[in-house]
This record gives sequence, C-alpha cells and structure tokens, in this order.
Amino acid sequence: MFLSLARKTGFYGGIGFLTLFAILPVLWAFLTIFKTSGDLYSIGISPFFFDEPPTLSNLVFLFTRTNFPTFLWNSAIVGVCVVAITLLLAVPAAFALARLTGRWGEHSGMAIFLVYLIPPSLLFIPMYQIVVWLGVANSIWSLVIVLPTITIPFCTWLLLGFFRSVPRTLDEAALLDGCGQFTAFRKVVLPQVYPGIGACAVFAFSLSLGNYIYAATFINASAARNISAGVPTELIRGDVFYWPELMAATLVVAIPLAIAYGLFFNYLVGGFKNAT
Amino acid sequence: MSVLELRALEKHYGRIQAVNGFDLKSEEGELLAILGPSGSGKSTLMRMIAGLEKPSSGDILLDGQSVLGIPPRDRNVAMVFQSFALYPHMSVRDNILFPLVSRKVPKSQHQAKLDEVTRILEVDDLLDRRPTRLSGGQQQKVALARALVRDPELFVFDEPLSSLDAQIRSQARAELRELHDRTRITTLYVTHDQLEALGLADRVAVINKGRLHQVGTPRELYNDPADLFVAGFIGNPPMNLLPLDEHTVAGLRPEHLRLHADAPDGDYVLDMQVAIEHVEYLGSEWLGYGTVQSGLADIDQQRQHVVARLPASIEPRFSPGEQWRFVGARADVRLFDRASGERKASQAGVAA
Repeated sequence: MFLSLARKTGFYGGIGFLTLFAILPVLWAFLTIFKTSGDLYSIGISPFFFDEPPTLSNLVFLFTRTNFPTFLWNSAIVGVCVVAITLLLAVPAAFALARLTGRWGEHSGMAIFLVYLIPPSLLFIPMYQIVVWLGVANSIWSLVIVLPTITIPFCTWLLLGFFRSVPRTLDEAALLDGCGQFTAFRKVVLPQVYPGIGACAVFAFSLSLGNYIYAATFINASAARNISAGVPTELIRGDVFYWPELMAATLVVAIPLAIAYGLFFNYLVGGFKNAT
Repeated sequence: MSVLELRALEKHYGRIQAVNGFDLKSEEGELLAILGPSGSGKSTLMRMIAGLEKPSSGDILLDGQSVLGIPPRDRNVAMVFQSFALYPHMSVRDNILFPLVSRKVPKSQHQAKLDEVTRILEVDDLLDRRPTRLSGGQQQKVALARALVRDPELFVFDEPLSSLDAQIRSQARAELRELHDRTRITTLYVTHDQLEALGLADRVAVINKGRLHQVGTPRELYNDPADLFVAGFIGNPPMNLLPLDEHTVAGLRPEHLRLHADAPDGDYVLDMQVAIEHVEYLGSEWLGYGTVQSGLADIDQQRQHVVARLPASIEPRFSPGEQWRFVGARADVRLFDRASGERKASQAGVAA
C-alpha cells in the first residue's frame, strides 16, 4: 500500500516535472508578449510576474507597424503550396512503392529516407543556381519549388508505412468488385491512409514554416520574406531586440502547430513504425 | 450458372513453377473444391481465374469463352477472401452495395438487391455497423453478401472458413453448402483442409506442387486414390502405404487393416506380423499404432509403421508390446507403382 503510493507519487511527480520543464519556456514567452518595456527590462523582477499592468501594445505594434502580416501571409501561401505539391507526388509514389515487391521495392523506402538526411546547408548553393535559372529568386515561389525536395522524400517514406499496413486483398477485392486500378486506389485504399495524409500535411507545413536557410538565402526583398527569415531580420535591428514582438511572432505560429502535432502524433509514430 | 474450364494452364515466377499444366473442367452449378497443402499452387490458380494474375501460358474459359485479357472488373467472378477484405471505412450496407455502385447498376435496383441478399444471409440487422465491429462469422456473411449481390457467374472462395473459430466452422460449412444449393452458382472452393473439401464439395481436385493429381467425388478420392500423393493426403490418418515388392506399393485404409484372428479365411494381399506400439481412444474410434515385423518386402531397410482403426464399440484385443497377425483383403488393398506413384490398373498379376 505504502509502496504503491510512493510509486504513484514518484510517477506523477516525474510527469509534473517534465511537463513543467517543457511548458516553462513557452509560458515565459507568452507572458513576455504582454509586458511593458519597463517591466521587461527591470532587473530583479521574476519574469513570471507582472510589475506593471499587462499591455496589448506589443501585439498591436507587431501587426500594424511591421511586415509581420505579410510574412504570415507569405508563409501561409508557401505552406499550402508545399503541402499540395508534396501530397500530389508523395501519395502515388508511396502507394506504388508499397505495392512493389521483391528486393527493390522493399528497400526503396530506406533509400528514399536517406535523401532526407542530406543537410540543406550543403544543398542551398546548387539550389540557388537552379532558382536563379528558373527566374524565381527573390520571390516566395523559389521556396514553393525548392522545399518539396525535402518534404517529398520524407512524406513518401512516412506514407509508405501507412500504405503497407493496408492489406493487398483490399485493393484486389475492389478490382473484383468492379473498380479499375485508379478507382480501387481512390475509393478503397486512400481512405485507409487519411490519418497518414493528415500527418504528412502537418509535417510538410511545419517544415516549410521552419526552414530558415532556403528562406534566408533565396529571398532578399522584405515583402517576399516568410516568417522564418522575416521575423529575425525585421524584429532584430542591429543590437535592438524587440523581445515581446519576437515572442508574439513565434507563438502565433507555434501554438496552432503544436496543437496539430498533438492531434496527429499517434499517426506519425504509427507511420514511422511501419515504414522501416 | 457457368462452366469453368482450364486448359494447359501454367504459371511460373522466374524459375519457380507455381502452376504446371493444369486441365480442369467444372460442371454447371457445381461446387468444386481445390484441395492441396500450402504452397501447392492453389492460390496462384485461384488468382489467375479471378484475373489478379496473368497465366504464363494456357487458357481459362468461362462458358466456352476465353477470359484471358479481360480485367477482373469485367470478369464477373466474385471472390470471398480468406481475410474477407471488407472495406473498413464503409458501413456494412455500403460494403454490400459497393459492387453495384462501381458497376454503375442503376440506383433504383439497389434496394431490391440489398434486400434479397441480406435476407438470404440474415445480415439485415448489421447494415449500419462497421465491419470492424463484427464477429468473424458475421464478417463472413457480409463478405458473402457482397459477393452475391451482383449475380456472379462464378464464385471463388479462398479458405473462407480458416479465419473462423473452430466452434462455428462446421456450422459455417453447412451454411455455405446451403447457400450454394440455393443459388446454384458454380463455385470454386480453395482449401488445404480435407475435411472442408470432402464435406462440402460435389467434386474435389487434389493438387500438389502445381500439378493436378486427381479430380473426383469425395468418395472416389477416398476409395480409389489415383496415385500415392492422393492416397497419402486424403484420410486422417491416411492410407497405410506398404512396399509389397520391388515395383509395387500397397495402400490400405486403417479401417481395413484387420486382425487375422477376426477373419481367418479370405483372399489376403497383405499378411504381416505387427508389433503394437500404442493404442489411442478417440471417442468414436480406436487407433492402434504398430511397426511391421515381417510379411513385407524389405526394400528400404526401414521399419514400416501402420495404423489400424476400430470403431469405439469394439474393444481392441491388442495392447502395446504384443505381436499380432494383421491382414488386408484383396478387395480393400489399392496397388500403386513404386516408381511413378501411379495407381496400378488391375489387382491381377500380383503375387499374394
């Protein structure tokens, strides 16, 4: 009895500590958004308490006096386009690979995943040449074209696991029930992997948001920048850090994404397990 | 009701010969079982008939028309998979209606067809459920309903009972036979379980290693196996196969292996001294296991094991450790060629 109580206390104490560990920085950032400069910079005051009354002026500044709305809009366009291109190419590729048998088909998943491991810091120079050659440098379309080179291999590999978990007899039953290859895929196989597609969409979107190196090197014009490159250049001027605005710009993006990840987490892990 | 005919059908994957020159013709409205051990090529055979796999050579005909090159969706062959392959994202109703929807059957006919098959298979109260919420037996019925709804010319069953619990298997077997008698749709029933094949089918085709060994009624297979494979495969326990001389193997069903003392006069082909090893009581019968001490050609330098079967009503007189004289009557013994495995045409010419 005592032992089980001690175990429980230890268990929940551990969980509580880890939760706090994860949540404190976010909380700090969140509280910073609503602080006046005086409150923020006065030494000796805990960052978790308000000395002066909270203010919305930082948020107002961010949305009205900086290019942040443009960055947000650009990021959204890039994100949606990257997700669309990724799914359009990764879904059929993953299905084809999942149904491919023999030594080739079974190991191609790993090979594709390896492509993902080549670091962008190595790739951005040749990619930049391609972007210039295509005439899309300095516009968000450079990102729309280049980011799928990262997201497609990863999403193909992830979806491969989902498609492999769909029994082949399901396609075959659909073929015998009167479907052609494509209808069997669309009406019977595809609905089984909707969670995987959702996980891929979240992943591709967040990757397009978070990529810094391509966004910073391909685009100079402030109006064409997205969040990841725009926020650090716009809100850090010289050695002046606009802390509350930086925190606001970060959390506006991070919190919805965190929720989306939370919803799809189990599917993501399931996909990882089946793909290898 | 259709006739399925296979002509010199072959399929090989690289060097592996999965189906090896197969000739078979069903009768109209027949329930024909394909029986073979795992890896015998029966799945490949079935998949070629359904159109999921292309034959390497040979022909498949339905009602005299070749169906080679016709994609599965236009073949009107309905298959019930071992796993049932129900669509998990659709309700039972949508599962059953799916073949009609994808074949663009007018919507006005859907309800009538649905009513018809759900009444036959008694799944009316499951229509709004998801397949994942059904028991194995219910899933099987839904799979049958989905196969039946489009009036197929040919049914192909791939081990449809093997994913059911043992308790409901015999009941499901009876229901399958009932369904067949009702619809009279020509049915190919693929299984590795001889109990299913013999108990259910009008005729059984026994295959092994891609080759057809024998087609016949369950009785013909049991009483007159065409070769050593069928003799050793059909029956549980199977035939005792004993070397008679250099060229001949004698096959004798366990129930025909008798004590000489019980029937001292007769025309015996087999006459052996057997050492009893152990005796099993199985409720409805006794099985006696022993090794032959003398009376056979000594060809392999190997002890021959034999099994005898007695009805439970007869208390066996033999017990382990004893030696008894056992005999097999000429009428009961089947003779096979030792080299080819083929059945020897006549019993004459063999020295007793």
